[in-house]
Amino acid sequence: MRVRRRGEGIQEGDLTPMIDMTFQLIAFFMVLINFNQSEQNEKIQLPESTLAKPPDAPLETPITLHLTKEGRVILGGQEVAIEGIGPLLTTERNSIMLQNKPVSDATVIIRAHRDAQTGRVQNLIQECQKNKFEKFALRAKEDVGN
Amino acid sequence: MKVRNTGRIESEKIELQMTPMIDIVFQLLIFFIMTFKIVSQEGDFNIKMPLAAPSEGLPDEDQIPPMKLVLSADGGGNLAGISLNGTSYDSWPALNSKIISMVGDDASMRETAEVEIAADYTLRYENVVAAITAISGYVDDGGNVVKLIEKIKFAPPGRNPNG
Repeated sequence: MRVRRRGEGIQEGDLTPMIDMTFQLIAFFMVLINFNQSEQNEKIQLPESTLAKPPDAPLETPITLHLTKEGRVILGGQEVAIEGIGPLLTTERNSIMLQNKPVSDATVIIRAHRDAQTGRVQNLIQECQKNKFEKFALRAKEDVGN
Repeated sequence: MKVRNTGRIESEKIELQMTPMIDIVFQLLIFFIMTFKIVSQEGDFNIKMPLAAPSEGLPDEDQIPPMKLVLSADGGGNLAGISLNGTSYDSWPALNSKIISMVGDDASMRETAEVEIAADYTLRYENVVAAITAISGYVDDGGNVVKLIEKIKFAPPGRNPNG
């Protein structure tokens, strides 16, 4: 039996639609990727609130403090007890002052675990106040389930 | 001037090598798929709390003393009682409607009114956020946030019962 050969070389399918779709997918994921994840911490389960809407404008000179359920503070990857946060905050304050910005304009974002003790949150605020921080933002998760 | 090779280029069809591009594109795709994580939106409650300045003469006469919201906790840190200026409320919606009746229509009141939250040390923090939610606004039927009292501060913390 004769086997017929059609032309020479390899038959190529049309790749254009596939590449189109793939680029669309890439664009989709690029748009949705969240670069703020460094601000988040897996240990922290935020309390929920119906009023928690994302801010219209990003906060000025934010400092994010995480407060775990056990009452320990995480600042920039370092976990310390609340009483030990002072020196870290002083470092933050100095770096703000080096940028010629007033410390009172800086906002301390407090991401406390929902089961953390309120007194500890207040202790943490006191520690910040000792370092001349005045503006605080208590972060909550948007409550969509109602 | 002589233009070289024109005849030969026309006769050859140049094909782009697709394989390396598709390789890279798929790598990118995999990267974005792997890093993709649906995060719920987060929002802030702003609180301005400068360190209490030592007495600077008489307080401003126009200033209304802050309303005091007391949140008490039971042994497990759960909410045991809500009281605003001495009156008890049994739920957050009750407190919310009280605040609405107090400041809801009055824009100047909304700006001047201030609430001081005094919570028990062991109270779980989500209750405080629920209290701040009840004080600072409500969501109307259209899904819009209506703001109520925005000036919120904390009373000095109590003592830690566990030392």
